[in-house]
Amino acid sequence: MCYIPHMDHTPAPRPAIRAIGLRRTFKARHGEVEAVAGIDLTVNQAEIFGFLGPNGAGKTTTLRMLSTLLPPTGGEALVAGYDLRRAPQRVREHIGYVGQAGGTDHSVTGRAELVFQGRLYHLPARTARRRADELLETFDLQGIADRNIGTYSGGQRRRLDIALGLVHRPDLLFLDEPTTGLDPQSRARMWDEVRSLHVAGTTVFLTTHYLEEADALCDRLAIIDRGRIVAGGTPDELKRAIAGDVIVLGVDGQASAALDVLSAQPFIRDHDPLTPDASSIRVYVDHGESSMPAIFRVLEAGGIVLKTVAMSRPSLDDVFLRETGRSLREEAA
Amino acid sequence: MTLIVDTWTVFRRYFAKSVSSIPYMGVSLAQPVLYLVLFAPLLKSVSSVPGFPGGGAYNVFVPGLLVQLGLFSATSGGWSLIAEVKAGVIERMRVTPSSRVALLLGRTLRDVAMLIVQAGLIVGAAVPLGLSLRLPGVLLAFVLMALIALLMASVSYAAALLLRDENTFGAIVFSATLPVLLLSGVLLPMTLAPQWLQNVSAFNPLLYAVEAQRALFANNIGDVNVVKGFVAIGGLAIVTVVAASRSFGRAVA
Repeated sequence: MCYIPHMDHTPAPRPAIRAIGLRRTFKARHGEVEAVAGIDLTVNQAEIFGFLGPNGAGKTTTLRMLSTLLPPTGGEALVAGYDLRRAPQRVREHIGYVGQAGGTDHSVTGRAELVFQGRLYHLPARTARRRADELLETFDLQGIADRNIGTYSGGQRRRLDIALGLVHRPDLLFLDEPTTGLDPQSRARMWDEVRSLHVAGTTVFLTTHYLEEADALCDRLAIIDRGRIVAGGTPDELKRAIAGDVIVLGVDGQASAALDVLSAQPFIRDHDPLTPDASSIRVYVDHGESSMPAIFRVLEAGGIVLKTVAMSRPSLDDVFLRETGRSLREEAA
Repeated sequence: MTLIVDTWTVFRRYFAKSVSSIPYMGVSLAQPVLYLVLFAPLLKSVSSVPGFPGGGAYNVFVPGLLVQLGLFSATSGGWSLIAEVKAGVIERMRVTPSSRVALLLGRTLRDVAMLIVQAGLIVGAAVPLGLSLRLPGVLLAFVLMALIALLMASVSYAAALLLRDENTFGAIVFSATLPVLLLSGVLLPMTLAPQWLQNVSAFNPLLYAVEAQRALFANNIGDVNVVKGFVAIGGLAIVTVVAASRSFGRAVA
């Protein structure tokens, strides 16, 4: 689903990001507010790493610290191989950052913004112009390059934002909520852009409050809530840690008998309670694919006729619910 | 070196942006001329009042108008900065290795350049009406003009970074500029004012700017008011440029 093999990359000698105890407090009217409460984080080179959490969880604050925009209150981090506190200038040279708001001036043209951005990264004038042309082509913006950004559609503007973050060919790109506010088509397009960056070997660190996005796009992710990382791993690992896979078996009038034989099996972790007049049962297993043949054998040996079978994986929302006690879907709504 | 190159890069962006905006240029260029045409004739009849400085109505009025222009147009820079902070434009620039000081200085120098153009226009338009120009006084007047623009733009940016809100910024700018303007002797010379008002106005740096400009337009370059004007405005300009740059370099939320 989300993996594009990147065989042209030798294993990373050092992580793209390693943060230890990163912390940020803000002064508020009633004392201090801890926006990020000491997080540890490792992002490998050339992976898409997702930071999933509701609004106000501390995603953007973490991102702004890692990209040198906001000095941390505590902790340390190596970003793109450089010390965040001691060498922020070196960090800036090696990272790209695309903020939530994008950061384009609507009264200038897309091309002018790209060339200007290149100049801010100290590219020579001619190189900056050539790079702008390249990026306009990559992101399919040539047709509107010389129009004011104010006339762009949401998707076009977001593509330009990302192009701006790539002007200096950074090793590591931060994307803050890259698809918030985009229509489904533009979102799918954006996902493709992020995947192709990944293929090209760029490390992408993105924040999102969309479960689908984290699931579809990220190699690994961390779930953040109230300034703390509450869970981390690949999307599949996270989901498996919750409940394994869910298998729904249609067994008509034999539900009770089926449950008897199955609950005796060691690979069945759990099952839903039997309801009267139930024609199907729900069981939880660690690995659905490998458990299914065994389930078929056990049922057949018990003389139970299996009519239908369906397997589903728990969603990241289940993970979030379990770790925080709240549903991310409710938060987002 | 990086500072100079980056400042130039930022200056060029903002200057090009200003020049390419036809409404902005139209208003910027029409406004000072409008002031000149509408206000100066009134001054003709006042200039015979005892206590009014000599040298002809235009040589009294135009230097003051230039200072007023500096006060008004340079302070508007803060609005655009607040808008850019909110749109994430500033954040996008601050994440690049570009010099932090240059990011603010470049746009401040754009304000200075725009003001010099406007000032040139006023002076040019006032000559046929009766303004007399003598070198080197008028050249020094333009140098002082640039320092005033530098000062006012930096004050505006520092206030914008502190307030972060257009409405608050607008309210403060409007309530601050009028007293500063009245107490600078731009509209009516402070020599006409009662003693207590003159005492208050002694704390207004723009008063020294106005008096220095009037001396320079009279080509009295050795006048003590010229020295006072350059010291007051130049000194404050350095302080505010440094203060605004530092506040810009720190976190912009």
